Amino acid sequence: MARLGSKEGSQVTRFISLAVIALLLLAPLFLSEFRLSLLGKFLSYAILALGIDLIWGYTGMLSLGHGVFFGLGAYCTAMYLKLEATGGGLPDFMSWSGLTGLPWFWQPFEHGWFALVMAIVLPVSLAAILGYLTSRSRIHGVYFSILTQALALIFVILFVGQQPYTGGTNGITNFSTIFGYDLAAPSVQTVLYYISVFFLVATYLFCHRLVNSRFGRILVAIRDSENRVRFSGYNPVWFKTFVLALSAGIAGLAGALFVTQVGIISPAMMGIVPSIEMVIWVAVGGRGTLTGAVIGAILVNAAKSSFRESFPDAWLYFLGFLFILVVLLFPDGITGLFTRLSHRYHRVTSNISTGKTVKSVQPLESNRV
Amino acid sequence: MDVLLLQVFNGLSVSSILLLIALGLAITFGLMNVINMAHGELIMAGAYVAYVTQTVFAKYVNERFFGAYFIVALFLSFLVSGLMGVLMERLLIRFLYGRPLDSLLATWGVSMVLQQLARNIFGAPNVDVVSPGWLNGGIQLMTGVQLPYKRLFIIVLVVLCIVGMYFYIHRTSAGRRMQAVMQNRDMAACLGIPTRRVDTITFALGSGLAGIAGCSLALLGSIGPSIGTYYIVDSFMVVVLGGVGKLVGTVAGALTIGMINTAFEFGTTATLGKVLVFTLVILFLQWKPSGLVALRTRALDG
Repeated sequence: MARLGSKEGSQVTRFISLAVIALLLLAPLFLSEFRLSLLGKFLSYAILALGIDLIWGYTGMLSLGHGVFFGLGAYCTAMYLKLEATGGGLPDFMSWSGLTGLPWFWQPFEHGWFALVMAIVLPVSLAAILGYLTSRSRIHGVYFSILTQALALIFVILFVGQQPYTGGTNGITNFSTIFGYDLAAPSVQTVLYYISVFFLVATYLFCHRLVNSRFGRILVAIRDSENRVRFSGYNPVWFKTFVLALSAGIAGLAGALFVTQVGIISPAMMGIVPSIEMVIWVAVGGRGTLTGAVIGAILVNAAKSSFRESFPDAWLYFLGFLFILVVLLFPDGITGLFTRLSHRYHRVTSNISTGKTVKSVQPLESNRV
Repeated sequence: MDVLLLQVFNGLSVSSILLLIALGLAITFGLMNVINMAHGELIMAGAYVAYVTQTVFAKYVNERFFGAYFIVALFLSFLVSGLMGVLMERLLIRFLYGRPLDSLLATWGVSMVLQQLARNIFGAPNVDVVSPGWLNGGIQLMTGVQLPYKRLFIIVLVVLCIVGMYFYIHRTSAGRRMQAVMQNRDMAACLGIPTRRVDTITFALGSGLAGIAGCSLALLGSIGPSIGTYYIVDSFMVVVLGGVGKLVGTVAGALTIGMINTAFEFGTTATLGKVLVFTLVILFLQWKPSGLVALRTRALDG
């Protein structure tokens, strides 16, 4: 809630963030292996949510195709893991589909560094092309959303259809080692968990710096009035292209972390439905605040996994109604709710101390896009 | 020659289905600027209405009249989906006018709930509708070229719907009120048009058309809770490609996508065909961002 701007607020935020980081670092001590890998998965989702918040919460571009960028990152990493598992041989799904040799674009993925670089570079390039084309022809708002949704559809069709090269509906799974270390070993999973924590904190700090810089202000300005930004002499095309590419890169990173901890990636995890679910996390947590994105991603997914264990049917009702309620009643999500409550609290206390009516510290900014 | 003829007919058939689905969207999205992600579930509702009507007819109505069930189902599906539209508009959408992205998210929630509801009522497996006898068979043009009555019926139905909509929008006072509200809400309100009610009626009309689309989809294949999601993205693309606000644009968009899709699928594989179509649409929007048929407007954020 750094948005409060008051010194008190930022100190409280800093304290809470440090407490959360400490909790995350200590988690391996008291969580079971299963819960830890679950938490690691949520952390990679939280990184993804930060990227979505950058373009939606701050820049006002609602992407319904972020699953594609996430999936590309995950697939690149999975290709490396798969090749390491087969020891340079042909992956099982390729021989089932009648391929005899490794396709040329699979070959460089034998090298882990190449795969990890591509996990970021591929989504970034795709997003840069898409972002440049759409913002150049001023496709924004709902039209942008629909186009990104079409992108998600295209990629799912493509990945399902090209079974010999992508593993089709089943995706890529059955990994054994990463850089020679056994993926199933608890110690390796713990290390991967810590890597996720590191990247989450790093991404958060990076995004935090970004949105509080001049650049971040221009992003918010684009969200609130793109034409006015244009009239002020800025070219929104470059800003939007850059931030979309950045967001896609973050999504790719999240995908790479995801696949090492979950051990499978399939088209079902990058399609239209998961892409919209990613947006839900940010909406529930609070768009336009970075803490909100992280909180939303972790809370919704924790609720999902605990709900699904006990009531698989009720989960969709719950998610659907949650979505309607959040959009209708709490458009600023959980963090927005807290900000509103703390405003009320501050107003009441200051009224008592000074004895006169004070306007709220700062009007609650509306992030409605 | 016969291959070409068949391809053209297939293209027309695909276009007509796309158009039938996109017509409802052209109203709710094109005129009202509401992205209704639950449009697919209104289609699903229409399809299930066809299924229920058929079951009821098979049980309680004389066998001679069984063939008539589909006509009854068409009207019923319009009513049921339209009624669902009224409910959605009254309870949800009217709070979200002017926040298109929020209405997109909220209606996605509605679509999840409706899908799960259908799964609980009708079961997860797909159900089948026995098409009425008078729609079986087809016209034999030449050897190897048969035009099925079902597909011809859908093409005729689409033409009827478009003519009906054109007539309603341009020739009736209710339609003119609708146009007035969508073009200039404040001015319309000043002239005494009940804008709230017009909103509800317009949304209901778009939803009802989705019901008709769903009912006719029941002729072509089995019905499942996720039947709507197969078509929804395609039909949004139709509306975007055609350009919002004009019926002609939607028709042009559907014909273009349907024809090109069939041609590509014939030339390459089914999956590559679709990928190529979407890529072409994105590239086309680079050249003409407001679609095939653009409304002339002076507004900056059209």
